[in-house]
Amino acid sequence: MSAILDIKNLTVTLQQSPGVVPVLENLSFSVKAGKTIALVGESGCGKSMTALAIMGLLPDGFQIAGGSIALEGQDVAKLPGDALRQLRGNRMSMIFQEPMTALNPVYTVGDQISEALRLHQGLSRQTARERAIAMLRAVQIPAPERRIDAYPHQLSGGMRQRVMIAMALACRPRLLIADEPTTALDVTVQAQIFDLLREMQQDIGTAIVLITHDLSAVADITDEVAVLYAGRCIEQGPTATILNQPQHPYTRGLIASVPHLRLGLAAAQPSEALEEIPGMVPGLGKRGPLCGFAPRCRYSAGPCLEAPPPTTGTGSHQVACWHPQGEAA
Amino acid sequence: MITDILVKIANAALLLLAVVVLNFCLIHAAPGDPAQVIAGEMGGASQEVLDQIRRLYDLDKPMLHQLAIYIGKVLQGDFGHSFYFNESVTKLILQRLPATVILVLAALSLAVLAGTFLGVLSARKPNGLLNHFVTFFSLAGYAAPVFWTGLMLILLFASAIPLFPISGMADVARPKQGAAYILDVLHHLVLPALTLAIVYMAQYSRLSRTSMIDALRADYIRTARAKGLSERTVVFKHALRNALIPVVTMVGLQFGHLFAGAVLVETVFGWPGLGRLVFESILRRDYPTLLGVLFFSALLVMLANIATDIAYRLVDPRIRLRR
Repeated sequence: MSAILDIKNLTVTLQQSPGVVPVLENLSFSVKAGKTIALVGESGCGKSMTALAIMGLLPDGFQIAGGSIALEGQDVAKLPGDALRQLRGNRMSMIFQEPMTALNPVYTVGDQISEALRLHQGLSRQTARERAIAMLRAVQIPAPERRIDAYPHQLSGGMRQRVMIAMALACRPRLLIADEPTTALDVTVQAQIFDLLREMQQDIGTAIVLITHDLSAVADITDEVAVLYAGRCIEQGPTATILNQPQHPYTRGLIASVPHLRLGLAAAQPSEALEEIPGMVPGLGKRGPLCGFAPRCRYSAGPCLEAPPPTTGTGSHQVACWHPQGEAA
Repeated sequence: MITDILVKIANAALLLLAVVVLNFCLIHAAPGDPAQVIAGEMGGASQEVLDQIRRLYDLDKPMLHQLAIYIGKVLQGDFGHSFYFNESVTKLILQRLPATVILVLAALSLAVLAGTFLGVLSARKPNGLLNHFVTFFSLAGYAAPVFWTGLMLILLFASAIPLFPISGMADVARPKQGAAYILDVLHHLVLPALTLAIVYMAQYSRLSRTSMIDALRADYIRTARAKGLSERTVVFKHALRNALIPVVTMVGLQFGHLFAGAVLVETVFGWPGLGRLVFESILRRDYPTLLGVLFFSALLVMLANIATDIAYRLVDPRIRLRR
């Protein structure tokens, strides 16, 4: 099965007054139909920029400086504005982080869902409305015939995110980018939203790029994980491998800093201190060619401070590090 | 929503009563004796005549008594008799009201439409040439006094480009009816309305520029773009309606100012509206007329506020559907 999305050596730069600053460097990954890849990393590592680059919605000043973004074989990075607009909301769509602000407060949810249907599929007002109601029912919103005329402020956060999902999936896109879709929601609602995304994915066969900093979410619903750090992909592979046998010290740090709930007998034992990764992601323009994580890494020595790390690995599991760690940490 | 509006109307009625009382007290606190002015108009008077005038207009009674009589009459729709024009105040005002309403509404529509449009255009390219032009125009329009702008337009259109009439509301030589009359009034309306509009156009363009820039940065604009909507739909459907909310608020707040501005414009352009009536009645100490005009202008401002409130609810569902 060929990939729905195939990104090769994507480089995005920011034009600043002194010069050009790299934001993403040589990023490569692909997703097949019905599969999900997670882009994981701390804030500022380039996850959202990757999403915006794919959608062709990079903010002013940012540009794609190299590489290709193939959506079903068509390089969207080279498409002119109009052609790209026809793909957006149609063959590829996106869900944003903040359902509170991502919906327009002055239009009903029905208007906002119908809009893409009418634009891309040329449906009449009435047909689009019926389809929108069907979408609301599909995302399990109770009484969709009534909710369709509700304004966003009349719905809860979870409901609004369901509306966003309905809106994004209305035209049955081949690719869905979900940028931290559950960050702003309660934990119980988070699980519901992920379940919903998985159900809709099985139904439509959409490929999903899930952007998150929440590794616990990754385990359940993704097939592959790409760990980003300072605009580069530092480790990539099947979800189970990355979670069980992480090799990059940064990935290991991320996994170690997820709290685990202990129940039963284990709950009585003194809990271990939660690990943290010292320091911060280096800012834009402060990233040299060397490993960006070296200043925060406890294993950094010798070659780390002299040359860029080589990418090594077996099969689909790739890691960019001078000192990849084995199974025994 | 209907209940809200009814409450607003009841509040406005109470406020109007307060306006009547306050105006009455203020005018009576002002120096000058209307009886003497009236007598002066009649060409001199003895004490006897003065007393007679005072009795005729209830000026010999204590102030509170006069106030009670006045409120009683106002409640019956009687605003008294003008000392100076020697006519019923209601009739005087109703003759002049349409001219002022036409002027104010024309100026307001022009200011809101043109101002918002300029603001939206400059918000789309905040560093573009058009933006600098709009900024310059706004500052100039805002800084120039209304009467000066009016005089400059008169200079321009009286001699250099004699395109529009510079005084009055209609050509006196023509019959006052039919489509030709309406066109004639519109022709005369251009300069006064433009003069009054310029100041407010400047304010609306600044305000809508700011609120449009904010709206264009909002998350829902990114959502709209992610749907593949054209730039025109994004700007004029998704951003503009949100950006209009502060503009609508401003329209309501400024209606009173606009009315004050109309007094100057009507004087400069000889426009036969309430503004000139108020000007003349102040000079002549014609209290009943002055009080009547003040009452009607307060009424218009309150109606405008209620209209704004309704418009606000139509634009913003968060207000309309609030419980």
